[in-house]
This record gives sequence, C-alpha cells and structure tokens, in this order.
Amino acid sequence: MALRATTRVTLGFILLALICLALGDFEISAHDPWRSVGQLLLGLVQPDFSGVDSLGQALLRTVAFAFVGVGLGAGAGMLLALCFHRWWVRTFSAFIRAIHELFWALIFLQSFGLHPVTGVLAIAIPYAGIFAKVYAEILDETDPLPLDVLPRRAGRLSKLVYARISQAWPHLVSYTAYRLECGLRSSAVLGFVGMPTIGYHLMAAFAQGHYSTVGALLLLFYLLIGTLRWWVRPRLLPVYLLVAPFLLGTGLPIMWSNVTRFFTEDIVPTPLKRGEGLPALWEWFAQLFMNQALPGILNTLLLTQVALVASGALALALFPVISRHFTHRASGAAGHVVLVIMRSTPEYMLAFILLQLWGPSMLPAVVALALHNGGIIAHLVGRRSNEIQLRQDAPHGIDRYAFEMLPRLYGPFLALVFYRWEIIMRETAILGILGIATLGFYVDSAIQEIRFDRAMVLILITALINIGVDVLARRLRGYLRLRHGVNRQQC
Amino acid sequence: MSDFALKDAEAHYGATRVLGPLSIRIAAGERVALIGKSGAGKSTLLSLMFDRWQAQNVALMPQALGLVDTLSVFHNVYMGRLDRHRWWRNLASLAKPWRRDIDEIKALLDEVGIGEKRWTPCGELSGGQRQRVAAARVLYQQSDLLLADEPVSALDGPQASHVMAKLTEGYPQAVLAMHDLELALAFCTRIVGLKDGAIVLDAPSETLSSAALQDLY
Repeated sequence: MALRATTRVTLGFILLALICLALGDFEISAHDPWRSVGQLLLGLVQPDFSGVDSLGQALLRTVAFAFVGVGLGAGAGMLLALCFHRWWVRTFSAFIRAIHELFWALIFLQSFGLHPVTGVLAIAIPYAGIFAKVYAEILDETDPLPLDVLPRRAGRLSKLVYARISQAWPHLVSYTAYRLECGLRSSAVLGFVGMPTIGYHLMAAFAQGHYSTVGALLLLFYLLIGTLRWWVRPRLLPVYLLVAPFLLGTGLPIMWSNVTRFFTEDIVPTPLKRGEGLPALWEWFAQLFMNQALPGILNTLLLTQVALVASGALALALFPVISRHFTHRASGAAGHVVLVIMRSTPEYMLAFILLQLWGPSMLPAVVALALHNGGIIAHLVGRRSNEIQLRQDAPHGIDRYAFEMLPRLYGPFLALVFYRWEIIMRETAILGILGIATLGFYVDSAIQEIRFDRAMVLILITALINIGVDVLARRLRGYLRLRHGVNRQQC
Repeated sequence: MSDFALKDAEAHYGATRVLGPLSIRIAAGERVALIGKSGAGKSTLLSLMFDRWQAQNVALMPQALGLVDTLSVFHNVYMGRLDRHRWWRNLASLAKPWRRDIDEIKALLDEVGIGEKRWTPCGELSGGQRQRVAAARVLYQQSDLLLADEPVSALDGPQASHVMAKLTEGYPQAVLAMHDLELALAFCTRIVGLKDGAIVLDAPSETLSSAALQDLY
C-alpha cells in the first residue's frame, strides 16, 4: 500500500526526532528532582503573598512594558503595513521579527543599559515586524469595492481610513488584543535578563529557594492573563496607553557614550577594527562559524525537531479535553483551564523552572516547549473539532477519535504544527541563554566575554535560520496542500 | 453639466470581446436606461463608462453597492463627500460627526425612509435597506453624472418608484441599468437596449411602450 503524503511526512518527522533524541543529551542530572517538583507544587498550593509591595510592582511593570512595547509596535507595524507592497519593507519586517525579543533585549542592554527603553524596544521592534505582516494581510482581505465608489479626489488618508481600515477594524482590534496577551508574556520573560518585570522576581525567588513566593508570582501571572478580557476594554485602551509610559520605572540612566561606542565600535568585527584586511576577517568568521555557530545550529535543530514532534503528540492526546464530542460541560471546562495554563506559561519561564528542578540538559527545554506549544495546538485543534457535526449514531470513545475525528482534523493539525515550527525554533535558540548549548548559549557567552561583534554575527545567523525554516514550512504546507485560517495565532 | 461620450469602445474578457465596439453620447439632462437580458453587457458597459469618465465628476452605484459593513449608515453616506473636506476633519468625523453633517444626512436618509437607522452598522441591514443607503450616498455625493447598476432591484413597488424619483431628481444626467421596464420608461428619457454586447435599440422613451421592449428578451 502506498503511503499518503501526510503519512510520509509525519513518519519522516518522527524518525528524525528519534534520531535527534538518540544524539542529544536528555537526562535528568539533579540528584533528587522530584523533591523540588514537590516543593514547587507546595508553593503553588500555599502561595505567599506577603511581599505584596514588590509583587504588585512586578505586576504593574510587566503590564506597563507590555502596553508601551505592543503599542509602539502596533503603530510602527501599521505604518510598515501600508508600504508592505515594497519588497524591502517586507524583507525588513521579516528580518526584525526573526530576532527574538530577548536577543533584542541583550543587544540594547549593552547599549542603553538597564533603562526602560531597552525593554520597550525589545518588545516593540520584533512586534512591529509581526504586526506589519499580519496587518497587511488583514487589509488585503478587505472588499475593494467601497474604495472604487469613493469620490475620486478624496484624500489618500481619508480613503484609507474610511474604505479599508474601517472594514478591517474588528479584525485589527482582535489581533492586536491577542498580541497584547503575547506582549504580557514577552514582558514577563524580559525580567530574566534584568528588566523589572515578573521574570526578574521569579528568578530571585528561585535563587533564594522561596517556593511560596514563586507560587504567588505564577498564580498572579495566570490571573493577569486569565482576566485580560475583563480589564482590557477598547474604551479603556487609550487611558492605559497614556498612563503606561509613566509606570515603566526609571531604571539606570543611559550612558550615551556607551550607545555610540556599541554601535560604532563594539559590534564591528575585530579584524576590521584592527585593519587586518579581508583574509583575516574570513579567518575570524570561519573560526566563529565552525566553533560556535555550527554546534549551536546543530543543537538548535536537534532540540527543535524533538520539541516539534513532542508538541504535536501532546496536542493530539490533549485536544479531546476541550472537544464537545468527548466531554460534558464540567469536564470540558476543566479541560479549558488545563490548556489555558499550559499555553499562558511562557516556554522560557517553564524551561527556567524545570531546569532548576531537573538540572541542565535538553530535557527541561523539550518539556517546556512541548507543554506550551502542545497546549496551543491542542486548543486550536479542539476548537476546530467543535465545528464538526457528527451523525447521531456516530461511534463513541476511541473509535470516535480514530475514525470520525482524527481523519478530519489531521490536515489542519499538520498545518498548525508547521506554523509553530518557526516559533519553536526561535524559542529553542533563545533557551540557550539558560545554559542549553543552542545558539542562544553562544550569543550569551559572547556577550559575557564582551565580544559583541561575535554576538551580533551569531544573532544574524539565528535570524537567517529562522527565516529558512519559515520558508521550508511554507513549502511543506504547499506540498501537502494544507490551508488553515488560524495562521495568526503565533506567540 | 457636461457631455459624456464613448467612441468605438470595447471590453474584453480574456481574448474574447464581450462588448462593442460601440459609441454612445450622454447629453446634458439625459437619463439613459440600459436594458437587456442578463449577460447582454449592461454591467460591463457601466463599468467601462466609469473607467473612462471617472476623471470627470461621476458617482457610481454598483450592484454590490460598495458599503462598508462595519461603519454606520451615517458614515457610509458621509463617504460620498470625503473629497470635500480636509483629512483631519474626515478623521474627526469618525469619532464625532459634525452637527451640520448629521442634519443634512438625516434629511437625506428620511427621504429614502431609513432616517431612524442612521447609527446602525450597515452590516446589520436588510438588502433593501442597504440599497437605500447606497442611494443616499450617491445623492449626497452630488456629482454631475450617476452611473447605477440596478439601483432599486431589492425594493418593492411603491418604494422602488420613490427611490427612483429621488435618484432622478438628484441626477438629471444618469445612466441606469434596469430590469424593470415600467420604471425605466417612467423615469428615464432615453432607452438603450443591449444584446450580445451591442446596442440594438436607442430611442426616446416617450416613443416606446413596455410591450415593444419585450422583444429584446
């Protein structure tokens, strides 16, 4: 029997993941890992909110950075979207969104230091690239007829606002609100590199072994994300946007000499700075590539493939918990809670926690990536399954899953997995900052050694392989003829 | 008021010619009804006219209407005059419309019978109501020539003639694609019959009866 294309691709991915699993280091190295897991769970059950002052401030800063960053990103993204027909705008947007917000933060930390502007730009820049692409798509989908019937001499801006943006408005708003949730996660994670958001306090609490404070922080974070739709109201948004810049805190003052030095000297490759000519530059680059970039790329790819398959498997196992074809009202609601918690925990935060508990290896990273991404894919596939109408005498249980559901959902499921491929890769690279030898590890080490020229080259390489995977995923979707509408849920 | 003319105009769909070559001139004060079977080329001719004449002052009411569903009835009508105001006034009008505009547009909407719907988003209206909004928009636009494709097709008897009366009152010079021959004869001064992309009839309406026009179908 000849295998269908989707089956062939699936088996190929699984085989590749198994090979990667054999090659990588996936061991638990902590000597008593389950005790720490128990301590953490205990912390979640008995959270300690006594440090209300600092907890409240952490929360406030997290929200403020998210609002200012996403707000600026949305504004810049809209401007870029309006010239998205130019190839250089598309390329520029693809480039800035291929660099993770934590990498942007690392870059700006070296120039602006611990000033709020670092955190704001770290969110605003990659988000502008994403907004540009999605806004342009949304505007493209509007009906062109209202534009045709407008008086011909109407001004460009009036035409744009009345005939295009007004039509696209509900979609623009819902997408921006969705990104705001992503922004809160990004903002929280920026704490891990020193911004005064939740991540920073989480790191500190872990370092001191205050598991009940960790529990309190995590619970507050879920509360923040879970209640988003009640406190983020379209009418309140202008107020939030106006107030947020004043709540960023002051940080440390910017040393402008540092900024200039960073961009004009520090990031210039050393051989060029010393005027040693092109052969020396090539030698420098080859060394960097062979000793750092290549192992970094290999580990990143290895971890990405394992995490991708693990996310997919988890999603297939979990989507029934929110599907009306498998659950009743109460169990469906419980399933929703589980998936919400899984997908609102940022991978980076999860990986950090698991790494503390289990010791360094690729295992915490894979589990973190699989939990977060598996949660998202399960949520989307489950929602899709609810649109399916079954005949009244359809089979139940595992037969229903295998014969009625999976055959109908497998195409959309694969499309979603491929959409997440690039995102998982971006995250995998960044998890290196935590000490797993992916590209982020080499970037972080180069920065520790104050070799910013190397760090920049490594960041550029990371961006390029992200773009490469994105192109590959698009090809695969084309080859398998997978079309799926939910391509915008990506963080 | 000015003259609008096409000379040896043609329209192609891929390699096949679907219209023309034909020549037609619309003199000042002339209201032309385009009639003919569906597929005869009425809509094609209208969009060709719009293409050629849009640099002059022309209002268009296409069959699909071109309303923005997410905007209110008021704003859809207001869009007819986006070219009369500066950009900042147009933007401000989205947030808070000027009293003067509201009064003027309300009066216009009352004339076509949907004044009380002025703050409803167009997406929530029925087909007939939408058609009246589009009619109000072109009336508000006050151009020299109206090009309309089946402007009252979704309206019933008395309402259809009422809206036709308003449209022809606002636009003494117009080209209207019509399928209702009685309305065409009652409100237009000249009838142009199309068949297979060519003009097969062109006569003043007072010389014609709807029975005579049946031959075209």
